[in-house]
Amino acid sequence: MSHTIVPQKTYLYIFFSLIGLTLLTTGVAFIDLGPFNTVAALVIAFTKMMLVIMFFMNVRNSSGLIRIIIVAAFFWFALLIAFTMSDYRTRTWTPAPESWSSAPPTHP
Amino acid sequence: MSDAPAHLEAEHTGLAHQFEDLEQQQESDFLGIWLFLVTEIMFFGGLFAAYAIYRWLYFAAFEGGSHILDIRLGAANTVVLLGSSLTMALSVRSAQTGNRRALVYFLIATMILGGVFLGVKAYEYNQKFVEHIVPGLDWAPEGEVLAHLAPGGLQHAQLYFFFYFAMTGLHAIHMVIGMGLLLWLVIRGRKGAFTPHYFAPVEVVGLYWHFVDIVWIFLFPLLYLIGGRY
Repeated sequence: MSHTIVPQKTYLYIFFSLIGLTLLTTGVAFIDLGPFNTVAALVIAFTKMMLVIMFFMNVRNSSGLIRIIIVAAFFWFALLIAFTMSDYRTRTWTPAPESWSSAPPTHP
Repeated sequence: MSDAPAHLEAEHTGLAHQFEDLEQQQESDFLGIWLFLVTEIMFFGGLFAAYAIYRWLYFAAFEGGSHILDIRLGAANTVVLLGSSLTMALSVRSAQTGNRRALVYFLIATMILGGVFLGVKAYEYNQKFVEHIVPGLDWAPEGEVLAHLAPGGLQHAQLYFFFYFAMTGLHAIHMVIGMGLLLWLVIRGRKGAFTPHYFAPVEVVGLYWHFVDIVWIFLFPLLYLIGGRY
């Protein structure tokens, strides 16, 4: 809620943390970590997002109703990614039966 | 409720008649903007999900496409946009403390930083035309650009640039809308429409602006920082 006035310093600290994380994520992109490059990039982006949500958007001081709406949104987004990727990634596990091939059906 | 007649109170506090008090009104304002932002998360979410699939399917092409982007411009724009989020947060704070001059200055600073971001973006878009890597419209990569794109397959590289333009374009449209809203706030703010009791419009636009910033926080690593720079 906006009843609490956040000191100017807090915003500046958060801003400089965000800049630091931007430099970090850019730097990490030049180091070969294999698949962990993606993990590092996403973890840093998530951290930056949490800083913006909690401090700039002041969700830290907001009501439970607002919080549960935000959590629900991200939960739904996670479902979208998880179900879509699990479909694509498992399609090749069981090849379609021969009889399903795209050849035109032959009528006796 | 005070003893003052309802219409007088509305003038002083900005309390709309359907609400019991300012706190209830503010809670409704927050609920409304956050529900809108939820739909925005799903809106961009569809693009991010599609990106995830095709990046997984054609990773080499996405890596090659990412190489063509200028990482310095991307990082600089990230800093600019984070700066605009800072000035936006400070303008909300100025409204809270009733500092009208600071409110207007910070709002204008936010607009200027937003404009810088869009300017850099426009330059980058122009570069894509210069390098002939605009999917559909002007797709004829050559020389060094072609050398980067060829290993992943040119068609799939074109797909990467479709994602690049769709995601950054949608983001840029949101920025333009946000700047329009900021201009409206500046005009109202100069007239003294916002007081420490009533500044919901500033705060609501601020939440929208921060959301657009968050989208970019994810677009920057996903589009510019895909592996293979080492």
